[in-house]
Amino acid sequence: MNEVQTAPVPRRNLELVLLILALGVGAAAFYLVGSTTEGVDNSDFYVQMSIMAALALVVHVLLRIFAKYADPVILPITIALNSLGLAMIHRIDLAKGTSQSARQLLWTAIAIVIAAAVLWAVKDHRLLRRFTYIALLVSILLLLLPLIPGLGVTINGARIWIRMGSFSLQPGELAKITLSIFFAGYLSSNRDLILMAGHKFGPLQLPRLRDMAPMLIAWLLSIGVLVVQRDLGSAILFFGLFIVMVYVATARISWVLIGLLMVAVGGIVAGLTMSHVTRRLDVWLNAFDPAIYQATGGSMQIVEGLFGMADGGLFGTGLGAGSPYRVPLANSDMIIASFGEEIGLVGVTAIVLLYMLLVSRGLRAALGSRDTFGKLLAAGLSFTLGLQAVVIIGGVTRLIPLTGLATPFMAAGGSSLLANWIIIALLLLISHNSRRPTSGVSGPTDEIATPTKPKTSITKAVKSK
Amino acid sequence: MNQAIKRVWIALTMLFIVCLGGLSYIQFFDADKLTDNALNKRQLFREFDLPRGAILVDGKPIAESVPTDDGQFEYQREYTNAEMYAHLTGYYSLANGTTQLESSLNDWLTGSSSDLLYDRLLAMFTGKKTEGASVELTLDGDLQKTAFNAIPDGVRGTVIVTDPKTGDILAMASKPTYDTNDLAVHSTSKAAENLKKVSKIDGLSPYLNPAISNLEYPGSSFKILSTVAALESGKYDLDTSINNPTSVRYKNSTRSMNNFGEGVCAREPRAKLAFIFAQSCNTPFYEISKTVGNKAFGDVAERFGFGQQLNIPQRVTPSQFPAQDADESELARMAIGQGSNKVTALQMNMAAMAIANNGVIMKPNMIDKVIAPDLRVVEEPKPEKFSTATSKEVASQLKELMAGPVTRGTAMNAAVEGVDFRAKTGTAQLRTENGVAYVNSWMTGFAPADDPQVAITVTLQDVDYDTGHNTTGAIMKKMLKAVFNK
Repeated sequence: MNEVQTAPVPRRNLELVLLILALGVGAAAFYLVGSTTEGVDNSDFYVQMSIMAALALVVHVLLRIFAKYADPVILPITIALNSLGLAMIHRIDLAKGTSQSARQLLWTAIAIVIAAAVLWAVKDHRLLRRFTYIALLVSILLLLLPLIPGLGVTINGARIWIRMGSFSLQPGELAKITLSIFFAGYLSSNRDLILMAGHKFGPLQLPRLRDMAPMLIAWLLSIGVLVVQRDLGSAILFFGLFIVMVYVATARISWVLIGLLMVAVGGIVAGLTMSHVTRRLDVWLNAFDPAIYQATGGSMQIVEGLFGMADGGLFGTGLGAGSPYRVPLANSDMIIASFGEEIGLVGVTAIVLLYMLLVSRGLRAALGSRDTFGKLLAAGLSFTLGLQAVVIIGGVTRLIPLTGLATPFMAAGGSSLLANWIIIALLLLISHNSRRPTSGVSGPTDEIATPTKPKTSITKAVKSK
Repeated sequence: MNQAIKRVWIALTMLFIVCLGGLSYIQFFDADKLTDNALNKRQLFREFDLPRGAILVDGKPIAESVPTDDGQFEYQREYTNAEMYAHLTGYYSLANGTTQLESSLNDWLTGSSSDLLYDRLLAMFTGKKTEGASVELTLDGDLQKTAFNAIPDGVRGTVIVTDPKTGDILAMASKPTYDTNDLAVHSTSKAAENLKKVSKIDGLSPYLNPAISNLEYPGSSFKILSTVAALESGKYDLDTSINNPTSVRYKNSTRSMNNFGEGVCAREPRAKLAFIFAQSCNTPFYEISKTVGNKAFGDVAERFGFGQQLNIPQRVTPSQFPAQDADESELARMAIGQGSNKVTALQMNMAAMAIANNGVIMKPNMIDKVIAPDLRVVEEPKPEKFSTATSKEVASQLKELMAGPVTRGTAMNAAVEGVDFRAKTGTAQLRTENGVAYVNSWMTGFAPADDPQVAITVTLQDVDYDTGHNTTGAIMKKMLKAVFNK
């Protein structure tokens, strides 16, 4: 009886309100980019926004059925980012006469449908733990696919695509999910062994090789493949994922430091020996050198992006009123620069805060999760989203060298959209499991989750308003 | 474990904050510097989508922006009588840059000048595009056409006509020329290809206006200044008899200064300035330059405009008369328009303007008025004094001397019945090829003598002596006939 009183509230209605808000933001952006461009038939606005709204509602309804305690903020943020991206892609289309936005909408639909299918099929994330080693196998397979002659294609110097008919896909994007599942599964099972058994070197305690071996093999394989494929961005992403998941599992900061040291050493070696990395560094450091600006594959892209953002200033030129199309890949790699130009520092800060909030909600789900596997998986997936956003925004702002990582949910590109939507589905499931009322017989828990009482009171406060 | 997750959150949050810092730096703190970067063409891109003001001659556009639907930009710059005005308008091109008037009038033409603030605010509140102002030039379209047609094709030549009382430039034409429309095309590859083609034309640079940018030897036309220097020194007057040998040996040199070979000068071994000036004898100026001295000579040149900054509004290359560094021989060489003495055609026109206007040079200027989009006149430059080149007395003595070449000397072939024309010729030898001398040929003067309406300068570069002498006179004659309707 007592339990009924303190049971967490589903908060699906809050989600619905936020969802309408998010769709409103997307629709406004979409409408603006069409209306400010003279002589443009803006009729596809209604079609595209209706499809987007319908898709969002489908996920919302599914959550009401399968995961009604899921975090109510995650889906609206994702929908907001996705529709903003769609609006900008549409805007670049109008300027260039391309039709990328229709393609992006199609991919959004596919991604959301698959995410919905994941919600429906998985229901409880703990199911995934059974597939720990299969996930490893699938990861390696996905990473190797582009290297198969006839199937893989090289685009912009990186061999990370496979092409089937007119469909091309970056299987590596999906590998970040399967690798997360493997790391989470393996670490949750062997965490104690890794922590307890091992040799001591001064202040450092290193685990036995046989306990760490599967992890190291998985990590080395993925990094190795990426080096062969010349995909710098994903290499950074996988490295980060590995370090963070080991850290979350063991709480040993010294291993993080060793990891970062390895990044530094690896980075310097790559910078000195691998020509394309050297070139990337040169373009980054000497971006404003006219010779490097003019060279093919030079700094023109990044520098034009900077000029565009400087043009936008604090408040931007207004959607549809700038010229972000002057920047190569304005609708994918450089989409943050496009936003910076047209909605200004204020607008792009809002976007960054959305990412920050999304990642925070994901990590909140990790904190609340009642099982180690869920904690690790949610932490790993949230970190992946966050690191992607940070690496690409850092690249566009020239804080770090620009890499070809996709801006999550916004950049044109199907594979990344699909992978990130699946991540959202998994985060929603984990948050549902961490917040739903515990039935009398709860599964094995490694740690006591955050007490639910204060949360209830917060919810009540919100409701009483 | 939760502790570790919280730390991951802190780390990621810090990374996001660094990103926000990066964005703030670019979009706020560093934005102005990025906007001013030489590689940043965005301002230019914006300009190409706005209606740019026209450049007008006699109220008709010689350069205007017409709407286009080539997909790249909203407007295409179009030039009328492009070849006739090419060196004046220059071109307005994304690929090839912006030159001449298109460049120096840019603030007016784009409407970004501070004097057009009112129009920009109006455009902002009415939601219209910022329109540029139009600029009416002082040129006389018919005179420009006559000047342009008078220069034979295949010859490097320049004709300048100014009003000595106001400084207004009435005509300024040069050949060889090119079609500015070819360089203003939007297609980058086509624009580059056309630029290459134009650059191959002998004696033509698409970046320069020969009348104000090319430095040439003035030859004997510079004797206007040398004679001013002589008269100002007080050691010579119109009655002084000066030694006029056929040849003077330069100091410390095996070479000599000679009078020209046709023999008229040789008739008078001692001559007065009137004879020397009309027949353009050289040797008396050796002695004159020595008597006048470097400092006084340099002063005269400076007062006439040598070494001075001048914008009409295009920048005029300062002419050179480095008197300070010259030794005796070099000063003598410079006194007859050779050696280190190099001038623009406009500089020699200013010499004629000075004599015509009682020793006062009015600032040469090409802008008549600037007209805002609502037809309001926002700027109308008043005639402005450039300098007092010499005294009224010396100017009137020169005016008298300059009658000689037209009535009985080297400029007889330019004389027009009923026009009191005053002038000085010049011939600077450049090289000899197969026994033919190639020269710069000059004639600069004004008319009518009692109330000068125009100062005219004609110059041809690198032509054989006979062509130079005959054609320069013929062109001048055509110009005088056009001005005075004869």
